[in-house]
Amino acid sequence: MTEPPASLDEETESGEEEMPDDDVERLHGAAVTVTNGQTVLHTDKAEYHDLIEALNDDDYGVCVDLCGADYLGNDTRSLPATVPAERFELVVNLLDVKASRRMRVRVQLPEVAPTVATITDIHPGAEAMEREANDMFGIEFEGHPDPTPILLPDDWQGHPLRKDFSMGRIPVQFKAVDGR
Amino acid sequence: MTKLDHLRNRDAVLRMSEAEAEERASVVDPDDERMIINMGPQHPSTHGVLRVTMELQGETVLRSKPVIGYLHTGMEKTAEDLTYLQGPTNVTRMDYASPLFTELTFSLAVEALLEIEIPDRATWIRMLMCELNRMSSHLLFLATNGMDLGAVGMMIYGWREREEVLRFFEKVTGLRMNHNYIRPGGVAADLPDGWREDVQSILKVLPERLEQFDVLMTGQPIWRERTQGIGVITTEEALALGATGPILRSTGYAWDLRRAMPYLAYDEVDFDIVVGTYGDTFDRYAIRLNEIRESMRIVEQCLELIPEGPYRAEDRKVTPPPRARIDESMEALIHHFKIFTEGFKVPPGEVYTAVESPRGELGCYLVSDGGPKPQRMHIRAPSFVNLQTLPHMMHGGLLADAIAVISSIDPIMGEVDR
Repeated sequence: MTEPPASLDEETESGEEEMPDDDVERLHGAAVTVTNGQTVLHTDKAEYHDLIEALNDDDYGVCVDLCGADYLGNDTRSLPATVPAERFELVVNLLDVKASRRMRVRVQLPEVAPTVATITDIHPGAEAMEREANDMFGIEFEGHPDPTPILLPDDWQGHPLRKDFSMGRIPVQFKAVDGR
Repeated sequence: MTKLDHLRNRDAVLRMSEAEAEERASVVDPDDERMIINMGPQHPSTHGVLRVTMELQGETVLRSKPVIGYLHTGMEKTAEDLTYLQGPTNVTRMDYASPLFTELTFSLAVEALLEIEIPDRATWIRMLMCELNRMSSHLLFLATNGMDLGAVGMMIYGWREREEVLRFFEKVTGLRMNHNYIRPGGVAADLPDGWREDVQSILKVLPERLEQFDVLMTGQPIWRERTQGIGVITTEEALALGATGPILRSTGYAWDLRRAMPYLAYDEVDFDIVVGTYGDTFDRYAIRLNEIRESMRIVEQCLELIPEGPYRAEDRKVTPPPRARIDESMEALIHHFKIFTEGFKVPPGEVYTAVESPRGELGCYLVSDGGPKPQRMHIRAPSFVNLQTLPHMMHGGLLADAIAVISSIDPIMGEVDR
C-alpha cells in the first residue's frame, strides 16, 4: 500500500509514529488518549472483543466496571480523529491488579442496533454489568449466557438511561383534593 | 483459560426463567429429587430485598441465582437531572450503610473534571469521616452477621457500637445517615467544637467491645463450626468475577485501593491490609472485625496529623461563599445565587474515580458536557458485582449455610439496585 502524501508535514515531523496512516498513538490497534491522567482506548464494535482479549493477556485481568453512555445531543465529546463518533458508547474499566494500573476502553456503538460481542467469556464478572447496560441502554450482547433484565421488571418497555427516555412525573394526589 | 473453564464447568448459576421453572415443577419424576425454591425478597436474612432462586437436592444447594432490582429507583437517571452540588444528596442514598464513600467518589470525580485542588484539611476530614464510616459499616455487618448465624445478642451489641459513631456523624453533619457532607470542593462544614473528645471517646470504648466480640464469636466453637470452610472462594475466581473488598482479601490477596492506588492522604498514614487465608465465611468475618481496628489506627493518626486551614476550596465558582460575606459583597451574593440556582459548570470530559469502600471498589464514572448537570453518572457498586460470587460460594453447600454466605457478602441492596 502506498502512503498518501502527508498534507500536514509540520505535525508529522513532531510526532513520529510507527503507524503510517496517521499520527495517533495506538495500542493493539486502538487509538490511545490520556484524559485527566487516565489512559483511554477507543475502539469500535468489530475490534472490541479482540482488544479486551489482548488487554487481558497484558495483565488487565479484572473487568472492574462496564456501563453504557448515550451521547445524544452532546457534541462536546473529544475523540481521536480516526474514531468516528456514534450515539452510544460502551465504557469498560479494566484493572491490572499486579501493576496497580487501570485502562478504560470506550467502544463506539451505532444508534441503530447497538449490538456488540459479550466479554463474559473473558471476564465472567461482566455478566451482571452487561445485563444492566442492556436494561438501561438497549445494548445487546451477542453470546451473553443470560440476556434477561436485571434491574428492570421483565415486562418493562424502553431503556431508561437513554437520553430520549423521558423522566416522567407521577402526579401527586393529595387526600383532600376531590373530597375523598 | 483454565480458571474460566473451572467456573463454567461448576454450573453454579441457575439460568432459568420462571416459566421454565414452573414447567419443571409440574412434571412428576420420582427419581428427580431436585427442587427449585425462592428465598426472599422479604426474607429477613437477605438484608433488604434480595431474592435468591435456589435449586436444591435435599438440603444441598446446587444452582442458584440472585434476583435483584426490587429496590431500583433509577438514581443514575435522577443524577442527570441534579446539579453537581445536588449530586451528593442523590448518591449518598445508594449505600446507606456507608454513605460517605459514595459522596467521596462522586466528589473526587467532579473535582478531577474541574481540576481543582482541595485544601489539606478537607482531605483529612474526609479521611477521618470515611474511616469512622468504615467502622460503623463493619459494626453493622457484625450485628447482622451475628444475627443471621444465631448470635442474636450481637445484633444489639453491633448496633449499639455503631450508634456511637452515628452520634458523632449527627453532630458533624446533622444527620445520622445520608449525610451529604462530602461535596465537590471539600466538605459541607468544619468539624464542630469538641470533636476531638468525641472521637477519642469512641476510640476508647471500642477496643474492649471488639474484644468482647472476640469472646462472643471469634473463639466460639459453634461460631467457627458455622463459618469455617463455608462459602469458599479462590483468588482466581474472585478476580474473574470482579469481586473486590473483603471478599477478595479473604482469599489471601492483599488488594486494597487505599494502598494500591492511594487517594486522599492514605499514603501518609500507617495501616495494615487485613487478609484471610481460606476465602471462607469466617475469613470474611474476621477481616471486617480487624479492619475496624485498622480504621481506628488511621483515625488516631488523623487526630494527630489533621492540619488547620479551610475546609473547602476557596474557589467561589464552586463552593458557596460564607454567609457573612453575602451581606457585604455584591460578588459573593452573585456567586451564591449562581451556585444555588444554575449550579457551577464543569468542563467537558469523562473520568473514572474509585475509592475503597467497606464493600470493595466503589467507582464513579462521570461524563460532563460542559453544563451544570452531569451528562452521565454511573456508580460502580461493589455489592452489585460482589453478588455474582454468591452462586459459586453456595454451590454444594447446605441450605442453612446459604444464610451465612449471603450475610458474609454483606450486600447493601440500595447500592445493588441503585
